[in-house]
Amino acid sequence: MSPTFNELTAGQDIGSRTVEVSRTDLVKYAGASGDFNPIHWNEAFATGVELPGVIAHGMFTMGAAVQLVTDWAGDPAAVVDFQTRFTKPVLVADTTGTPEPGATIEVSGAIGKLDADAGTARVDLTVVSAGQKVLMKAQAVVRLS
Amino acid sequence: MTINPDLQGRSYPAAEVYDVGREKIREFARAVKATHPAHFDVDAAKALGHTDLVAPPTFAIIVAQRADAQLIEDPESGIDFSRVVHADQRFTHHRPIFAGDRLVAELHVDGVRAMGGGAMITTRQEIFALAADDSRESVATTTSSILVRGEGQ
Repeated sequence: MSPTFNELTAGQDIGSRTVEVSRTDLVKYAGASGDFNPIHWNEAFATGVELPGVIAHGMFTMGAAVQLVTDWAGDPAAVVDFQTRFTKPVLVADTTGTPEPGATIEVSGAIGKLDADAGTARVDLTVVSAGQKVLMKAQAVVRLS
Repeated sequence: MTINPDLQGRSYPAAEVYDVGREKIREFARAVKATHPAHFDVDAAKALGHTDLVAPPTFAIIVAQRADAQLIEDPESGIDFSRVVHADQRFTHHRPIFAGDRLVAELHVDGVRAMGGGAMITTRQEIFALAADDSRESVATTTSSILVRGEGQ
């Protein structure tokens, strides 16, 4: 059931989602997106360019985070604007061959602002991994009926 | 290697056409762990009033980063891709992207500023869908900033 504009209030919670990430997920994202920067799949390369290890594509995290919004809105086409800053890298441990995730990303969202003229709601996302906010100003604008 | 400050204001015209396929939408949706049926099931997308599968909200990054590659691979730019970190990203959708769209992207370099030994580069991609007569419909505007880290950054 999609939300309607009139039933929303600023500050309202839209829910939360946990995303588990493995090195395999990063390889899949690399293939799907065409971003083959080896910092996202090769440990030696990543540490060689002074990173702490293999990190998730910022766009993986951004793309995974917005699903909370599309599922809440009921239609992916309702997301008319989506932006974020990437503040901390998501370090993904090598857990290949085990059922353990290499990292966990916690996503939660709340209504930040309502624009009655445009019929849009801004959803502010909080995205945390390993206790740190990895996205800042993660905001999705959703058009509602 | 230093970043060429003359990049600011440079534009790269739309190059190759990107054909949005259903399987690519499904593959990308799975890769970002999306489960909405409008990404996977044509009937579900049509039930929402769409012509075909709807791309996830960040799908345009494929086209945007292909456009960016023209800059990153430009030998005059001085950008070392291995030292690139994504700093921010925005998608403004003028309309959704659907399977069957033929997309092209114009690249604009809106900002270049030195940061320590590196540089922050802001680019904008204007993404259009081509109609059968090759006329253009504005689909999305994407902007991104990349930090090219200097040594020790």
